[in-house]
Amino acid sequence: MDEQKKLDEFQRRIDNGEKIEPKDWMPDRYRKQLIRMMSQHAHSEVVGMLPEGNWIERAPSLKRKKVLLAKVQDEAGHGLYIYSAVETLGVTRRELVEEYIYGKAKYSSIFNYPTLTYADICAIGWLVDGAAIVNQTMLAKSSYGPYSRSMVRICKEESFHKKQGYEMLAKMANGTPEQKKMAQDAVNRWWWPTLMMFGPPDDESPNSAELIKWGVKSKTNDELRQSFVDRTVMEAKKIGIELPDPDLKYNKETGHWDYGEIPWDEFWEVIRGNGPMNRERIRARRKAYEEGAWVREAASEYARKKKLRDEKAS
Amino acid sequence: MKESANGTKQNEWPLWEVFYQPNNGKPFEHAGSVHAPDAEMALQNARDTYSRRNEGINLWVVPSDQIVASTPEDQGPFFDPANDKAYRHPQFYSVPRAAKKRK
Ligand SMILES: [Fe+2]
Ligand SMILES: [Fe+2]
Repeated sequence: MDEQKKLDEFQRRIDNGEKIEPKDWMPDRYRKQLIRMMSQHAHSEVVGMLPEGNWIERAPSLKRKKVLLAKVQDEAGHGLYIYSAVETLGVTRRELVEEYIYGKAKYSSIFNYPTLTYADICAIGWLVDGAAIVNQTMLAKSSYGPYSRSMVRICKEESFHKKQGYEMLAKMANGTPEQKKMAQDAVNRWWWPTLMMFGPPDDESPNSAELIKWGVKSKTNDELRQSFVDRTVMEAKKIGIELPDPDLKYNKETGHWDYGEIPWDEFWEVIRGNGPMNRERIRARRKAYEEGAWVREAASEYARKKKLRDEKAS
Repeated sequence: MKESANGTKQNEWPLWEVFYQPNNGKPFEHAGSVHAPDAEMALQNARDTYSRRNEGINLWVVPSDQIVASTPEDQGPFFDPANDKAYRHPQFYSVPRAAKKRK
């Protein structure tokens, strides 16, 4: 089959809603786009453990500590599900991880912000995981089988992440004046960065059209952002939290909530590496990777020797 | 051994495919993969990665390079012995009306 025929057949399968599996023929560009997008997603899950991990040892109660530990462990799991899915495209785990630790691989800009109080943990669960749910529910329908399956698995766990944050924030918002202030302050700081998580506006998002054509995504950045805003406005109201946007207004014609101008300059600065925590995040990841090297080597060596012993004995 | 980007020489732990049995009596399903130096750690990593909420009551781990798979390009010729054998399906047979009613 010539290249064009293969391409047409591939597009027909996508339009038909079929899933593409690792050994199926796929355009080189599809593979490359998937590797780029999925590895960024995996890195984000991993780096996402850092802002929350910051509070594990200072959780306000044993219950909250257990919850946070479980949540952060889930995020490690999410990273692993997706890495395992990217590896089916013919890249090794090591290449992926090192591209992130020593190379230029990107991850979600949201994790380059600091967690200043425990209320940030509440706000992250509610907003950041809430936004992740909107995005990942769409990705669960992605045309690439392994990616889609890893998203199904992740989505099952995300509702716990969101609910524990929302519940805690609701408690604080109805607590003492200090607690209420802390809760509101955290939401004020996390609101805009959360909206940026969906990526640049549609007219500045170079990859979107192609990803949609190939069924990797089914909604644009702005569509996803809008559906997140719509559901979050209601949730904020219910717990007496204000969203820090004076332009937030219900639009009767569209049936959606209009929101104000997103500070995109800040977004591009963070992407360029100049967010408040970019350097700290990369430092922490490198430290963990390098200080863990001897453990990985020792385990390999132990396995090698044990195998030798077993072979001798038999 | 491959030179790592930070200058150290490291082997990558081998890759294992993970299968889990969701419930008693159910067939095993593929979950994903893990890296581990040996079978024992592969099982432990598989548990921590794919069964934090009792998604599986039993696990299998198989070295990925031991899996033999059919190739999609050969899908047609490989599976076509099944295509022209309609008589393998119950719909191929007609049964007297009276007998049909009884079920
Ligand atoms: Fe996650
Ligand atoms: Fe999460």
